[in-house]
Amino acid sequence: MLGFLKRPVVVKADINLNVVVLTAVALLSRLWQLAYPRAVVFDEVYYGQYISFYMKRIFFLDGSGPPFGHMLLALGGYLGGFDGNFLWNRIGAEYSSNVPVWSLRLLPALTGALLVPMAYQILLELGFSHCAATGAALLMLIENALITQSRLMLLESVLIFFNLLAVLSYLKFSNSQKQRPFSLSWWFWLTLTGVACSCAVGVKYVGVCTYLLVLTVASVHAWHLIGDRTLSHVRVLCHLLARAAALLVIPALMYLLFFYVHLILVYRSGPHDQIMSSAFQASLEGGLARITQGQPLEVAYGSQVTLKNVFGKPVPCWLHSHQSTYPMIYENGRGSSHQQQVTCYPFKDVNNWWIVKDPGRHQLVVSNPPRPVRHGDVVQLVHGMTTRFLNTHDVAAPLSPHSQEVSCYVDYNISMPSQNLWRLDIVNRESDTEVWKTILSEVRLVHVNTSAVLKLSGAHLPDWGFRQLEVVGEKLSRGYHESMVWNVEEHRYGKSQEQKERELELHSPAQMDVSRNLSFMARFLELQWRMLTVRSDDSEHKYSSSPLDWVTLDTSIAYWLHPRTSAQIHLLGNAVIWASAGLATLVYALLFLWYLLRRRRGIHDLPEDSWLRWALAGALCAGGWAVNYVPFFMMEKTLFLYHYLPALAFQILLLPAVLEHLGDRLCRSPLLRSLFSGLVVAWYSCACHVFNTLRPLTYGDKSLSPSELKALRWKDSWDILIRKH
Amino acid sequence: MLCATSRLLAARTATALPAQPRGRGPGARCRRRELHFPGHPELPLGDFLAGRLPRSSVSAGRRAILRRGRMPPAVRGGPAGVELRPRRGRCGPQVTRAVGPDVAAEPTARSPKRPARGSRRFEAAGRWALLALVTLLAFATRFHRLDEPPHICWDETHFGKMGSYYINRTFFFDVHPPLGKMLIGLAGYLSGYDGTFLFQKPGDKYEHHNYMGMRGFCAFLGSLLVPFAYLTVLELSKSLPAALLTAALLTFDTGCLTLSQYILLDPILMFFIMAAMLSMVKYNSCADRPFSAPWWFWLSLTGINLAGALGVKFVGLFIILQVGWNTISDLWHLFGDLSLSVVTVGKHLTARILCLIVLPLTLYTATYAVHFMVLNKSGPGDGFFSSAFQARLSGNNLHNASIPEHLAYGSVITVKNVRMAMGYLHSHRHLYPEGIGARQQQVTTYLHKDYNNLWIIKKHNTNADPLDPSFPVEFVRHGDIIRLEHKETSRNLHSHYHEAPLTRKHYQVTGYGINGTGDSNDFWRIEVVNRKFGNRIKVLRSRIRLIHLVTGCVLGSSGKVLPKWGWEQLEVTCTPYLKETLNSIWNVEDHINPKLPNISLDVLQPTFPEILLESHMGNNGLKPKDNEFTSKPWHWPINYQGLRFSGINDTDFRVYLLGNPVVWWLNLLSIALYLLLGSIIAVAMQRGACLPAEVEGLSQVLLQGGGQLLLGWMLHYFPFFLMGRILYFHHYFPAMLFSSMLTGILWDTLLRLCAWSLASSSLARGIYAVGLLSLLLGTAYSFYLFHPLAYGMVGPLAQDPRSPMAGLRWLESWDF
Repeated sequence: MLGFLKRPVVVKADINLNVVVLTAVALLSRLWQLAYPRAVVFDEVYYGQYISFYMKRIFFLDGSGPPFGHMLLALGGYLGGFDGNFLWNRIGAEYSSNVPVWSLRLLPALTGALLVPMAYQILLELGFSHCAATGAALLMLIENALITQSRLMLLESVLIFFNLLAVLSYLKFSNSQKQRPFSLSWWFWLTLTGVACSCAVGVKYVGVCTYLLVLTVASVHAWHLIGDRTLSHVRVLCHLLARAAALLVIPALMYLLFFYVHLILVYRSGPHDQIMSSAFQASLEGGLARITQGQPLEVAYGSQVTLKNVFGKPVPCWLHSHQSTYPMIYENGRGSSHQQQVTCYPFKDVNNWWIVKDPGRHQLVVSNPPRPVRHGDVVQLVHGMTTRFLNTHDVAAPLSPHSQEVSCYVDYNISMPSQNLWRLDIVNRESDTEVWKTILSEVRLVHVNTSAVLKLSGAHLPDWGFRQLEVVGEKLSRGYHESMVWNVEEHRYGKSQEQKERELELHSPAQMDVSRNLSFMARFLELQWRMLTVRSDDSEHKYSSSPLDWVTLDTSIAYWLHPRTSAQIHLLGNAVIWASAGLATLVYALLFLWYLLRRRRGIHDLPEDSWLRWALAGALCAGGWAVNYVPFFMMEKTLFLYHYLPALAFQILLLPAVLEHLGDRLCRSPLLRSLFSGLVVAWYSCACHVFNTLRPLTYGDKSLSPSELKALRWKDSWDILIRKH
Repeated sequence: MLCATSRLLAARTATALPAQPRGRGPGARCRRRELHFPGHPELPLGDFLAGRLPRSSVSAGRRAILRRGRMPPAVRGGPAGVELRPRRGRCGPQVTRAVGPDVAAEPTARSPKRPARGSRRFEAAGRWALLALVTLLAFATRFHRLDEPPHICWDETHFGKMGSYYINRTFFFDVHPPLGKMLIGLAGYLSGYDGTFLFQKPGDKYEHHNYMGMRGFCAFLGSLLVPFAYLTVLELSKSLPAALLTAALLTFDTGCLTLSQYILLDPILMFFIMAAMLSMVKYNSCADRPFSAPWWFWLSLTGINLAGALGVKFVGLFIILQVGWNTISDLWHLFGDLSLSVVTVGKHLTARILCLIVLPLTLYTATYAVHFMVLNKSGPGDGFFSSAFQARLSGNNLHNASIPEHLAYGSVITVKNVRMAMGYLHSHRHLYPEGIGARQQQVTTYLHKDYNNLWIIKKHNTNADPLDPSFPVEFVRHGDIIRLEHKETSRNLHSHYHEAPLTRKHYQVTGYGINGTGDSNDFWRIEVVNRKFGNRIKVLRSRIRLIHLVTGCVLGSSGKVLPKWGWEQLEVTCTPYLKETLNSIWNVEDHINPKLPNISLDVLQPTFPEILLESHMGNNGLKPKDNEFTSKPWHWPINYQGLRFSGINDTDFRVYLLGNPVVWWLNLLSIALYLLLGSIIAVAMQRGACLPAEVEGLSQVLLQGGGQLLLGWMLHYFPFFLMGRILYFHHYFPAMLFSSMLTGILWDTLLRLCAWSLASSSLARGIYAVGLLSLLLGTAYSFYLFHPLAYGMVGPLAQDPRSPMAGLRWLESWDF
């Protein structure tokens, strides 16, 4: 019974001191004086505001990436007890005492430090020596740009971390595939690959590139697996299913999870509400929800409503009318009906209220019980403040002459009868007798006489129309377009028949009684769609650069300048590493091509297993560089040097691999071998020297004299800031 | 008709049964026996499926013999195969092709035992007759009612106009390369059109002008697409029914038909694409007799057609990619064939470089040479090109002009942005509207020559008239501080810390001051790019920058179009970001200074390579504006929305470009089926499943032939997702050609597989015949239904139950 005591309890620990020491030094290099400078540095101004939004639980929309990265940064703020009260408006602004700078910057710094041991592990898993692995880690350690980028509240180092983690865990997985498939560690690394991939995608969309790379390598391996006839069909199927689950299903679920957490965290209305649909806004606390809370759900005859255009471009706006009429003659000589203007107005206003009227009755109040309006019903829309009817007729619209003018009908007693009947077409109906619902129903208003559809043309009217947006009747409605779709945003049952009372009623805030929830999937889809389509203004930036400048380090970014001295933080790479990494990629490509061609002719320079290792290293490292670099040539947004860092990280991994390969192939004699090692050491000390020279710009801790700064300006295109006194 | 053809086929299938391979070893003969379905030794369909055999069982040598024995007659004329080599690893298409079943095409060739000569001739005649029939039908459909409507339809207004420009030899600018328009012009010229029609806007009547030549030319090329597709599929699958199905799909597609009937670039482009594809496929099947005459012929023809495709539109790049991919994989296989010496492989490589790179590039350049040679008169495109170029055009004010060479104070000049299509620095007596920067005079760039483009260059600190003869001539030098006065309004070029109207991060540029007296914000430093201080500034050739002295920003044009208040001219800003871009580099074009001696501009004329480079630097960025309805690439394959070619209302003659929905949706279904079937077969083969001989043969055709077509479809479709420019429905048509060919191969294979799996001879034959017939008849009937779209319709719109098209509006988004 006590048999187990017969043997002593032994814990064996293999500790690779290399890794421990490297990690420690990396932590030191990344965490040293982390809270300095205590001021907003470059893009912190941008990420910081999102952290504040998270802290205050305010909804926001950022088209630059999924929310996971922002949430990680916000986690730092949460742990540091940040209350979100800081105005992120200017680079260089001093942080107030409530901002926990250290803990905000901790997470990127930690991930940045972990790149060093991970580089070591990846090279080992790729089958290279401990020497090469140490080399990769050391290079990662002294790359100035990586250090700068990971010491601030920025997401690149987090992205690189997950990229490398995905590659590392895939390698671990595929290595354990050979020995013990379906073991615990096999499952662990497989799952971790999927998780790391989804995290990379969740931090920035660029992570998709690495994800696709890993997927490609995995599918090539899976294809070989299918061809392996020693395995039974069932076993192959199990292998495939496991991979599909881990690499496709898990990432998809994780991605949804990020958004789920995000939407739970930010539940209050905020400055970006306007971009979202009314239904989405209503699901946020405050804002529209405060107004619409308790609105009657079903629109009835006599309802007072505001109608919002669903398209929301160029700006979200509401159907509007006002006393002014269309000018008799436009600037270009065309005539108009001279009736009351109908526009779309991007601000809340009492003139946005319309009353839904039954054409057969005179009442403008809701009867008891209310008679709901249904799909296909014919209604009239009465402008609340002027009591005129929404009308369209065969007159060319002011700016879009192909469409009909929409007006509020003024009876000039000429032979132009009003044409004010509109058929209600609920676009997202489920049945043909569906009731018109507040916020939820998306409706088209089809003119009965001309079958024109009420549409926002998107053009701004000239001064006579107060620069509001033009609304037209589109005769040739080409299928579905959001600019023809409207929804009721604010809604209440009208109570007053008299005009004076009604004006008073319209001026008073609406009061309501139903609240509603949008399902998570609906909110997710809408949010995702808006994020992908939100237009970032194509702003130029002083430090923007083109991808061609990156490989040769022809550009730099000034991150921060001390308010008094010339101490500054500048994003600059370690020129030696940068150049040799580029060279290594080139050498790799040429060698690979050379070997490939010779193999094709039946000459096997490398034994099969070392060829496979060489090819895999290239597929992951050179491939990782390519997929993280080439897509930028096709992007139209403003690009900066730091976009290159994920690609650079992969390139650095390739460098020691190429060196080791060259060493092995070229140096046959011990003399050559030691000569080669000597060269490598000399080269590395050179890189260290460069690191040390650029260190003041990396950490920003030391104020350099103008002449020293000038001396550092190795390239004319580096914009190092020099104070003029 | 079709039905009869098909029956003919079946009959031929039956007669072909006893066919025996000629000149084969016993091994081959014994394999021959495997072809018959188990239990049905006499099954005629077996011959349909014949020969698609597992290659693994045949040695390389025997394969070579097989192939030589089975060369299609077309290739037979060349010298005997020099190199016999296995191609494409385990299962090359060559082998497949060579051993292909192809009842109609080959049985006679390999059946010496048959009574024969007459029957062989009958077979050959039948094939030719079928080809002729297909071609005839294509021509009949394309030329039917070609003259209607007798007015300009849609983009005819552009391309017809450009054809006229060639006839009139006036210079113009267009984003597409010149070949297509040149051919249109040539067709017009040969058919007696004199270039006098204005082509102003769609709907204008042609009246007495001869437009039929140009339409006829496009329709001719458009008709040839059908036989080309037919031959391509025949070559890839060796199956007549597949080729027939493809031809029917294309003949009866209303979209292809409509697009071929008007003066457009698309029929020309598609002609070259399909011709390149056909010659590539043909050349692939000559691969076992390299360096023979047909081999050279098809290879160089491929190159010529590539040049044609690229010369019509840059979309031609995609077919180049496809041919390139094919060539690389071809070379890769040759390289891996150890029986070939490296020198031989080198010869192969050189031949391809010559025919597929050098030849097309030469031809492409030649089209430009012709373009610039023909267009030697000044026209609407002058302003798009550099000042130096304009000196070539007769009628342009720079032609044969002589102007002072170096810039001096007091000169009257025009300043042109170096970037193509950006125009001249311009100002006019209109102010920026309220709320947009300071309310001062507008400064813009304007593409056309105008008095308001004239500026006087003055010293920054004196306002004396430098043209006063008492002052000596003083040249402007690199680095000088100057002031530019607008000649017409006497206001100075001015900038200040107000945001520019459209590019908010830049500063506004205005005209300021009265009679040339302004303030220090009017001072600019003039710099020549890549020059030392103190140098003089040359007209036309010097690339200059104007740097605002006070704010340090650089004068540039953002290229954005100002709204109505700015007369839709382009915005001029002063950019604080000192980036080297063409937008902020200018050159001096006109130069008037009576005190200086004139030199002839001819010395400054650019060389042909410079012109060629310049005409490729243009921005073809037709960016969609907000709120514009643009067609999205995902709309296209589902035939979501058509394009209105002509007419809107009930009373108009309406032509609507819309694919025949039956054809298009069948294509869509086929792609999905193809992917499914292809991956099933690929996985089965990778698992080493033992496929029956017939299935293996079929799957080779499916994977190899179909794979090429799928690649073509993807290459001609997916890149559009990445394009930021305005996209139209008709951009999908090249891809549609490929997907129709894929459909042909897929259904043929699928029906054969179904027939085979049922394994009963009569039933199998029945299924195959019925399946194909119903596909053919279905497309023909749908064409009957939808033909008014292409041939034009009058009367109420389709929503109206009285319309002849009532009930055919299957999607809400179709508006015909």
